[in-house]
Amino acid sequence: MQKISNKDRMKIPRQQMPEQEPLARVANFLEVNLGFDAELAKTEAMRCLQCPKPKCIEGCPVQIKIPEFILLISQGDFLGAAKKIKEDNMLPAICGRVCPQEEQCEVLCVTGKKNPPVSIGRLERFVADYEREVAGLSVPEPKPRTGRKVAVVGSGPAGLSCAGDLIQMGHAVTVFEALHELGGVLVYGIPEFRLPKTIVKGEIENLSKLGVEFVTNAVIGMTDTIDELLENEYDAVFIATGAGLPYFMNIPGENLIGVYSSNEFLTRVNLMKAYRFPEFDQPIIDVKGKNVIVVGGGNTAMDAVRTSKRLGAKNAYIMYRRSETEMPARIEEVHHAKEEGIEFRILTAPVEFIGDENGWLNGAKCIKMELGEPDSSGRRRPVPMAGSEYILDIDVAIIAVGNGSNPLISQTTPDINVNKRGNIIADENTCATSKKGVYAGGDIVSGGATVILAMGAGRKAAKAIDEYLKSLDVPVNQPAGSNA
Amino acid sequence: MHKILYAEFLAQDIKRFRIQALKIAQKRKAGQFVIIRVRENGERIPLTIAGSDKKEGSVTIIVQGIGKTTKQLNKLKSGDSIMDIAGPLGKPSEIEKFGTTVVVGGGVGTAIAYPVAVALKEKGNHVISIVGAKTKDLVILEKEMKDTSDELFVTTDDGSYGFHGFVTDKLLQILNSGSKVDFVLAIGPIPMMKRIADVTKPFGIKTVVSLNPIMVDGTGMCGGCRATVDDKTVFVCVDGPEFDAHKVDFDLLTKRNRAYMREEKVAMEKFMKEML
Repeated sequence: MQKISNKDRMKIPRQQMPEQEPLARVANFLEVNLGFDAELAKTEAMRCLQCPKPKCIEGCPVQIKIPEFILLISQGDFLGAAKKIKEDNMLPAICGRVCPQEEQCEVLCVTGKKNPPVSIGRLERFVADYEREVAGLSVPEPKPRTGRKVAVVGSGPAGLSCAGDLIQMGHAVTVFEALHELGGVLVYGIPEFRLPKTIVKGEIENLSKLGVEFVTNAVIGMTDTIDELLENEYDAVFIATGAGLPYFMNIPGENLIGVYSSNEFLTRVNLMKAYRFPEFDQPIIDVKGKNVIVVGGGNTAMDAVRTSKRLGAKNAYIMYRRSETEMPARIEEVHHAKEEGIEFRILTAPVEFIGDENGWLNGAKCIKMELGEPDSSGRRRPVPMAGSEYILDIDVAIIAVGNGSNPLISQTTPDINVNKRGNIIADENTCATSKKGVYAGGDIVSGGATVILAMGAGRKAAKAIDEYLKSLDVPVNQPAGSNA
Repeated sequence: MHKILYAEFLAQDIKRFRIQALKIAQKRKAGQFVIIRVRENGERIPLTIAGSDKKEGSVTIIVQGIGKTTKQLNKLKSGDSIMDIAGPLGKPSEIEKFGTTVVVGGGVGTAIAYPVAVALKEKGNHVISIVGAKTKDLVILEKEMKDTSDELFVTTDDGSYGFHGFVTDKLLQILNSGSKVDFVLAIGPIPMMKRIADVTKPFGIKTVVSLNPIMVDGTGMCGGCRATVDDKTVFVCVDGPEFDAHKVDFDLLTKRNRAYMREEKVAMEKFMKEML
């Protein structure tokens, strides 16, 4: 590698990620971001100052060795870089795409103090894609088996990362998924144009090759209870069911036809492929040439509104009761949405949905807001402005204001403690619940959060479960003296 | 894939299946349902479980071919398979010793009412069953209902068999005759359930109906199946499917079930063309 001074590194501009043009991409469901090529990646990697005490790692929920993998990229050793990331994160192709790097690793980047930060996420994505396309996914050497079995409930990000770690630790792992397809929110929630499903499939296949067993159509809490899993086959359970119970706003007209939760809208499109109806059977209300509002300001809201645009909506609005500064969505998602012609109605909230005599939505009564004093979330509280109501003609409304906790497991497992919102109470460091041998992590504990936080919880849980399993009696199915 | 162990028509367009699903067969209770997907590109539809055979590891569903997916399902025979089955879902029926109970099944709703009738009988209730259909050939499960009921009445809309009239007429006759009824369960088309609720309300009889909204996941995740009960929004898949008939907003349910009428027509036309 050529010698290059930090001063010269600072002079290299942040490399732009090629992406589909807005006009082209609103007409398809293909991925918006096209990813770095090898040259762009190497150039971007040169911008990393290789800080002796890297701040970026502190911002990463799973502490990826960021400067080390970036150094390998700058040296052209892309497969080595992939390996380095996988020491800490089994799902880099996914995280490289959906992590909010701008508020985790990149916000702490020292280069970023004067110039734009190093594109850590894009580099992570590049090496993961490179590895998959060029070398095929790497399957690490199988570890000696411990004879212990763990049930992982839910195949979303928390479940997959926990399963990936546990199998590497030598435990047998079965992942139970309620739906007919694996991947949880990565498959039913996040659209193809942000996270292609082939990438999720690839990561899951990789876990299968490592020996993880997957069972679909298994609604834990109903098909089997947690107690039955523990009694029958498993030494420990990790609950990673996500935040699967959509909130509505409790305003009049919310049950009109045309009002969807973001979960339903996205599930119909992403999981059930309703955008290819009638080739696929599951229908969705046709939004071609119609007006759609999405209520909410998070990533899910952006996913829903951009999906409606791709389905042909004439006007697609984001309606958010606070200002753009308070929006929880990633800056990149907001930026992409605006490029695609999404209209933002900020500081506005619907107060009533209006419908026709057949129960079909045709309008929303909206009210303008101003920001008052900060509320318990630390963000300034939106206060309705009297007399500012107006009617917006709409055909479809998608409610993306968050998720509560799904009741199916807590109903049938009363000895797992939950808080007043129904979220499972789990130890912050070990993910242990009030029930022996049962751990929980991801959105079912935190409420709606991010993919990487869920993955981080999955990894913490795997470590704690490993320790728990070791603390049990002498391992079963293992003759004395073998792989000590 | 889940194998169809046995399939037979009970009446025109109404078919009974025993489908391999060991866990569900062991766990299911009266009133619960499954979500199935017939084929790879198929939609997810909820079907109430009509019975199970724990030894064989099978669940029984009874399907009326109305839309594309149910018609497609009804083309399958013993030995064929369906893509997916998940369950049991929903809360089981609340089976208590009420005293005298009336179980009303309208059309294919009889298939769903039947397991509840069995459970009520097992609990020691006096079970009066009313099985209704448009015409004689569409009466299903008469023998099964007879075996589990203390009294059975069959009604047909056209008078071709049994009592000439609607199930509501028969129920009203029973109530007016002075019989003391403590509990009514009614399962059938929405207009029927609504009328049953209207009939029992003045008598102050606890009345339960099983709702059949459009669903996707069936586990509480999508909220598509929401209904209004007692002026509150419920998710039928996790809060139901059975609710107090006197508190259900049936008109809303009727409207919401029409959400995809246009698409259903498109799918059906395409399916019919493919069948030619």
